[in-house]
Formats: sequence, structure tokens, C-alpha cells
Amino acid sequence: MTETTSLIDWIITGGIILAKILIIVVPLMLCVAYLTYAERKIIGYMQLRIGPNRVGPRGWLQPIADAVKLMFKEVIIPAKSNHYLFVIAPTLVIGPALAAWAVIPFDDGLVLADVDASLLYILALTSVGVYGVIIAGWASNSKYAFISAMRSAAQIVSYEIAMGFALVGVLMAAGSINLGDIVLAQQGSVLHWYWLPLLPLFVIYFISGVAETNRAPFDVAEGESEIVAGFHVEYSGMAFAVFFLAEYANMILIATLAALLFMGGWLSPFEGIPLLEPMFDWVPGMLWLIAKTALFLFFFLWFRATFPRYRYDQIMRLGWKVFIPLTIIWLVIEGAAVVGGLGPWFD
Amino acid sequence: MAFEKLVFYMLAAILVFAATRVITVRNPVHAALHLVLAFFTCAGLWLLLEAEFLAITLVLVYVGAVMVLFLFVVMMLDINTAPLREGFMRYLPVGLTVAALMILEMYLVLRSKYFDAESMPAPARHAADYSNTRELGSVLYTDYVYAFEIASVILVVAIIAAIALTLRKRPETKTQNPAEQVKVRSADRVRLVKMEAETKD
Repeated sequence: MTETTSLIDWIITGGIILAKILIIVVPLMLCVAYLTYAERKIIGYMQLRIGPNRVGPRGWLQPIADAVKLMFKEVIIPAKSNHYLFVIAPTLVIGPALAAWAVIPFDDGLVLADVDASLLYILALTSVGVYGVIIAGWASNSKYAFISAMRSAAQIVSYEIAMGFALVGVLMAAGSINLGDIVLAQQGSVLHWYWLPLLPLFVIYFISGVAETNRAPFDVAEGESEIVAGFHVEYSGMAFAVFFLAEYANMILIATLAALLFMGGWLSPFEGIPLLEPMFDWVPGMLWLIAKTALFLFFFLWFRATFPRYRYDQIMRLGWKVFIPLTIIWLVIEGAAVVGGLGPWFD
Repeated sequence: MAFEKLVFYMLAAILVFAATRVITVRNPVHAALHLVLAFFTCAGLWLLLEAEFLAITLVLVYVGAVMVLFLFVVMMLDINTAPLREGFMRYLPVGLTVAALMILEMYLVLRSKYFDAESMPAPARHAADYSNTRELGSVLYTDYVYAFEIASVILVVAIIAAIALTLRKRPETKTQNPAEQVKVRSADRVRLVKMEAETKD
């Protein structure tokens, strides 16, 4: 009797968790689809073009059409590739990119898994994503894919260090590695958010995030104006689309993390302002988070339309010789501020 | 409870499988990837022990950093496995001795009266708000601070030694100095010369 009830309990709990995962993943995939549309439109307008406007009204159905096209394309597996690893590599890229969303709080307490060490969990998962890149390049059995995989993996690993140090600054300030607690520690006003006391770390975090996702101006792995594509040059159809999905899911993740860690997450920007705070009290916290995330995503696209591509040695120099020393120096300064109880952030 | 057991046996089976594959597969890249899988499942087992900080750190450090660099090296080396196999019989006695020693040690540990189930009861479960990370940090910086500091000093020495071993001046390679590039003014590069227009006569 008890055996069967516990079994039913498991099924119900499992079903609820599965439903929650779907509630997160399905909108995320839609966001990815429309981020590609937004990218093409925004860059189009920045370059005095219109962008996609053929499919549906104002081109709104363009990402759907692209997805359908990619789904019906043939997935070509090169004859001399390592078939097993060739197929597994896209999964290894998208898996961590989606799994990281499990610990993202969308509002106070609105989180799938309230893990105590959630920031560490995200760091660990984003560092696992690099395996997909390496394996894709190696399993393709093509020297171009392999060289590019080495380049982009070296870039990801290098910028992870600067990024990790920037996050150390955040957890020093908040005294917690739980994302929800970090947001709550920023309560007060816009000036209480960590972008102000941790300004250098904030800038370094976001630039490292751009490099981490292999986006322009650090997109030497893809560099469509110079080389065909990077580690995924041998992939086609849906297998290629999965790499694409993972890249955009990672962009949204980096933007959301920047909003959570440095821009007060779901907190209202009008907090602590006498007249405006009650006026905007009705806005749910999730909307603020989405708005802040959208702002950072716009930066991603803006960078792409504005900056010329970095040369590879310049990328490496920026990561190792500029960002890492800067973060270490700022950590020392921040340590002094924390010990001295510098208000209003560290008291 | 039964569910936990199920998860444990699944993870343990994957771990044993992956660990066996590490030493049996011929391709060194496959071996390294199986080692990654072994680390990952091992982190899963640690999660079952409620050691979430250590589990995540295992993934972060070993899977995310150490094994990536390891894979780099293994992929770039053109390892010919045939000569490696030739030494098999020669090293067999040494290997067997080490294996026998390890089995003996494990036997002694598992069978001795200090480690059996009575003298080593399972630790009490903590409440949901128990912070593994905080406890670990407070122990590391108080009771074990000397061990911690000595370990960090050794690591710093290792870093400096590695850099000192590989750092060499190579005058024949050309590198750019970004500071100089930034400092450059147009007058340093271009000289505008005023010339009279030539006439035909």
C-alpha cells in the first residue's frame, strides 16, 4: 500500500517538476527565436536597412520560417568523422546552456531549484559547455574545424577566469552565493545595486560574457566575413541549429545574470524615490528583470553593429593581461571596503 | 529513501563503467572523455552525500578546467599506441604489485573494526537551510588555516616555476607593444610635404 502511494507521489512530483521545466524552457526557446529576429532588425536599422520584412506582418514570422527550414534540412555526418561524438557534441553545448536556468530566480522565491550554491552551479555549468566546442571540432575530423575549436575553447577558458573573479567580487559584497540572496542584498535604491561599488567588475563581467559566448567583437571562432565558420563548419541542418540555439540561450543567460548580479534583478529601479516608488508598485518584479535583461541583450546586438572584430592575440591580451589583474586589484579594494564597512553597500 | 538508492546505484554503475573505459579504450581522446564522465558522475555521488559545495567545485575545477587543458594536449599529440603496448609485459610485475597493495589496503580499511558500520555511524541529516559552503569556509579559515595557507603557497610557487621554465626571450619573434600603438600621433607616421604644382613649360 505505502509502496504504491509513494510511487504515485514520485510521479506527481516528477510531473510538477517537468511542467516547471517546460514553463522555463518553452519561453526561453521563443526568446531565442525572437532574439535572432531582433538582432537582424536592430542591426538592420543601425545600418540603414530594414531587415527581414517578408514573412508575416513586418517579418514577425521570419524566425519560425528559419526554424522550419533548418528542421527539414539534411543533417550530413562526414564519412570520416567520429559519428558518436559528432552527434553528441551539440547536446553537450545545449545541455549546460539550458540546465543553468534551473537556479535563475525570476522573482522573490520564484525559482525552479533554490540551490544554496547557485552562483557556483552556474559557473560550473558554463565551464562544462566548452566540451561541446572541443568535441565538435575534434569529431569533425577536419583541420579547419579543429583549429577553430582550439581557438574558441582557449578563448572561453581564458575569459572564464576573469569572469569568475568578477563573480567573486559580487559574492564578497553580498556575503552569499545564492542568487536570490544576492539580489535581496542590493535592496535600497538604484545606487545600492552593485553596478556602482563594483563598476570595474561589472564592466569586466559583461565584456567577458560577450567573449564567453563567442559574440562580436570577439567572434573569431565564427568570423563570417573572413572564414566560413568555426568549430561547427561540418555541421548542417538541425545539428547546426542546436549550436546556434545554445549560443543565443547563453547570451540570454549572461544578460540575465548581469541583471541579477549587478542591476538588482527583479527590484524596481524606482525604489527609495518618494513619489515614483508607489506609482510603479504594481509592476511585477519579473517585468523589471525582463526589462533589464532586454537592455543587456540590446548591448550585445549594439556591440555587434558597432565594433570591428578583435585580432586573436588582442583578445588573449585583453583577457589575461588587462582583465585578470584589474579584477584582482578591485577585489583587494573591495576587501578593504568590506572590512571598513563602507556605506551604504557594505555596512 | 528507495529513490536515493536507485540514483546511487545508477550513478555508481556509470562511474564504474566510465572508469573502466578510461583504461581500456585505445583512443586517448576517448579515454580522457570517459574520465570527464567519471568526474561528473562522481560529483553526482557527492551531491547524494549532501556535499554540494564539493560536488560543484569538482565539476568546476576538474571537469571545467583541468580536463579541458588535458584534452587540449591529448588532441594535439599524435600518440602512437603501438609502442605503449610493447612495454606491457615488462611493467606487468610492477603493476600487479601496486594493484595487490591497493587491494590489501582497501581490505584492511573496509574490514578493520575502526571503519565498520558500528564505529562509523552515518552523519545526522541537516536541515534544508544548512549551508555547506559557510561551514566549509569557517572550518577552512580557522582550524585548518595553516594547511590552507601552506597549500596556497605551494601552488603559487608551482605557478611561478611553470612560468619561469617556459618564459624565454626570443628576439627573432615580432610582437606589438599596445602602449606604443596607443601613444602614436599622426605626426609620427605621416609627414605632409608642401610642393609647388608643376607647370608644363
